[in-house]
Amino acid sequence: MTRTVPAGTSALERSGRSRPGFGQMWDRYGIIIVLLAMVALMAVIAPNFWSLSNGFNVARAVSINAVLAAGMTLVILTGGIDLSVGSIIGVAGVTSVLLWNGGTPTLVAVLGGILVGAAAGLLNGLLVAYLALPAFIVTLGALTYLRGTAYALTDGQPLIAEGQLGFRLLGNGNIAAIPSPVVVMVITYLAVWFVLERTTFGRHVYAVGGNVEAARLAGIKVKRVLLKVYLLAGLTAGLAGVMFAARVESGQPRAGEGYELDAIAAVVLGGTSLFGGRGRIHGTFVGALIIGVLSNGLVLMNVPFFTQLIIKGVVIIVAVALDSLKNWRS
Amino acid sequence: MTALVDMEGVTKSFGGVPALRGVDFDLRAGEVHALMGENGAGKSTLMKVLAGVHAPDAGTIRIDGEPVTVSSPIEAAALGIVIIHQELNTVPDMTVAENLALGAEPRTRWGGLDRRRVLRDATDKLARVRADIDPRLPMRRLSVGRQQMVEIARALAEDARILVLDEPTAALSDREARQLFSLIDEMRAAGMGLVYISHRMEEVWQLADRVTVFRDGRSVGTSEKADITPEKVITQMIGRNVEELYVHDDRTPGEVVLRVQGLTDGAGIGPVDLQLRAGEVVGMVGLIGAGRTEIARMIYGADRARGGTVELDGKLLDNRSPAASIRDGIGLLPESRKEQALFPLMSIRDNLVAGALGRLSRLGVLRRRAIGDAARRQMDALGIRTSPSQDVGHLSGGNQQKVVLGRWLTVGPRVLILDEPTRGVDIGAKYEIYRIINEQVRRGVAVLMVSSDLPEALGISDRVLVVRGGRIVAELDRQEATEEAVMLHATGVAGSDTAASSYQNGGTPA
Repeated sequence: MTRTVPAGTSALERSGRSRPGFGQMWDRYGIIIVLLAMVALMAVIAPNFWSLSNGFNVARAVSINAVLAAGMTLVILTGGIDLSVGSIIGVAGVTSVLLWNGGTPTLVAVLGGILVGAAAGLLNGLLVAYLALPAFIVTLGALTYLRGTAYALTDGQPLIAEGQLGFRLLGNGNIAAIPSPVVVMVITYLAVWFVLERTTFGRHVYAVGGNVEAARLAGIKVKRVLLKVYLLAGLTAGLAGVMFAARVESGQPRAGEGYELDAIAAVVLGGTSLFGGRGRIHGTFVGALIIGVLSNGLVLMNVPFFTQLIIKGVVIIVAVALDSLKNWRS
Repeated sequence: MTALVDMEGVTKSFGGVPALRGVDFDLRAGEVHALMGENGAGKSTLMKVLAGVHAPDAGTIRIDGEPVTVSSPIEAAALGIVIIHQELNTVPDMTVAENLALGAEPRTRWGGLDRRRVLRDATDKLARVRADIDPRLPMRRLSVGRQQMVEIARALAEDARILVLDEPTAALSDREARQLFSLIDEMRAAGMGLVYISHRMEEVWQLADRVTVFRDGRSVGTSEKADITPEKVITQMIGRNVEELYVHDDRTPGEVVLRVQGLTDGAGIGPVDLQLRAGEVVGMVGLIGAGRTEIARMIYGADRARGGTVELDGKLLDNRSPAASIRDGIGLLPESRKEQALFPLMSIRDNLVAGALGRLSRLGVLRRRAIGDAARRQMDALGIRTSPSQDVGHLSGGNQQKVVLGRWLTVGPRVLILDEPTRGVDIGAKYEIYRIINEQVRRGVAVLMVSSDLPEALGISDRVLVVRGGRIVAELDRQEATEEAVMLHATGVAGSDTAASSYQNGGTPA
């Protein structure tokens, strides 16, 4: 009597992967359905939306936010937040152009920008992980001082690249007929996917986000994991900053203002829980695409900028509300 | 006389797992009706059906002989049915008075909150339960027992006629428990029907008029208290004799593996000396708050020690931390599965290997085949029959506990510290866990087990350490370790009845 079927082994579980119900389908593919619906809608109502060249336009426009959101996903998966990434774009972009104008080789200029981002992320991580300060406060502070730094580095003026910017390709142009920022974005996502799904660090990110005390007692070095996610968020933001500078061929101290919010929106649209522990990197990718498709379609329809903002805000809330339907059901 | 509540043939399944299989139950006005049974036997589920939390799949509910459908807790409250849950349902940052007024706040003529009336009403409501509580205090300043009184006061104010108390004394002091008991007597005398869910035999015997025992979603029987004995109730609860439950091989322990000397946190715990030998189970018992968990956590490095040493195989361990312990081969199954052990959003597989990823990866990259094999092997050993990619949150409490235990077995420890390994699991899973522990011991693992279930601790341990006031006050071998002997040391007072009843017995007193 005591060793019959273990409690909790429902009929569904026992039959292994039986056909998923609507709930599971929605859980897994809901956000992709939202994206496809939006693409279909735009194809019908927005002139010139449905073309290969516009597809590349969308992808190109999305690439910077998508790269930013990839790093943000790591942070949010641990239950944290990084508000400083938009300002890192500014500092990193300015740094890379400064280095270029100072005559350093292209590679050094690019790495310099990325490393400045990584250093800012490292400091965020140290404060959050080892001083146990709230991530919201630490990165809010960083948002402010980094923006200030970007202005200070350029005296508040845009910094025009001298000659032809060596790393122009990171923002403009094509690699094998594909816009080069799109290539950078895809590589970034493949890398983050690999880290999350195939490495011990990735498992640790989910574990820390899911239950931090259980993670510690399971021998996971929680502080080190937190340090690394903020470092990586800073690093991807640095990369996004260099891409931005490459696109506008200058160091703009105001570059990336408000981008942190679009990145967070992409992550949340992608189904990642702000409480941590739940989410997938491909969801973030789809989330960034939704925002990109929407912006692009609205531009093609000549919707005024202010109205665009209103529509974008509403769509973000509606999409997340739809996503949370699955939680109401259970 | 018509019963106050009459439930017939109540059936309820969750995702295909039957929780109630055609249960009959009745409650009379002016009685205390105790529900007993192992965790997962169906007591709480039945009461949640009564209170409108769960809709039954089949069966009828009559109140005063009238068939009713209770489809929400609000409807239940309108019928006079209130549950006081184990986890209290109050707002900690609001005052007692505000909590009592919650949902029915009196308004002033101008529509604002009538603070004076909130306070006056609260004083009246608290007076009805004879609770000497300042209604202006924030709820969180109250002890659990007093918060419970506030909840009962709220129930009475809502004219509850049917009151369900789910494990009400689990966190109460003796004095609070006595207050609760006299309040229960008064409510019974006033003609209310009370359902009392408890594991504690002494309380049930003190309070109940009738006892219904549940097992595996069925009611095994309802008896007048006069017609039944505690021993009979236990046999009904577990469906077998107690002795057969505890798995214990005859064994000869080997060399000393772990030696703890003078371990202290500098704040009331320790100094503690203890030794664990390969292939033995050492039970650590004592009253709640005696410091057993604290000692276990310090040995593992979960909390920092301020003095003392831990040696493994004669080698001094320093820089203690969970990560270091795992590397050294010491595992800790923490006390609270939900808060300290489970990754509820991760799969069974990821939960099982969470402590062993170092071994199951190469240069930080997961060896997925090795992980899959390790998880499957562990699931076979644990007797969990489902897909490894299943979310662990969908498993029953017993299977979840087996998964977190399995995490430590995957690590392959030499020393296993188990803090309340069978808390909150059903009897079948309990037996499985004993079997798993026995299997580990046979392989030479040294096990230190903290348990509040005294028969369990005595049943599977080779030696028992009694903890009182943060220190080990006695070591008893298997022959010496009787419940009486343990209680004598645990309380420091010979044969004290109050001490015995304050022993937090999570299981089945034999």
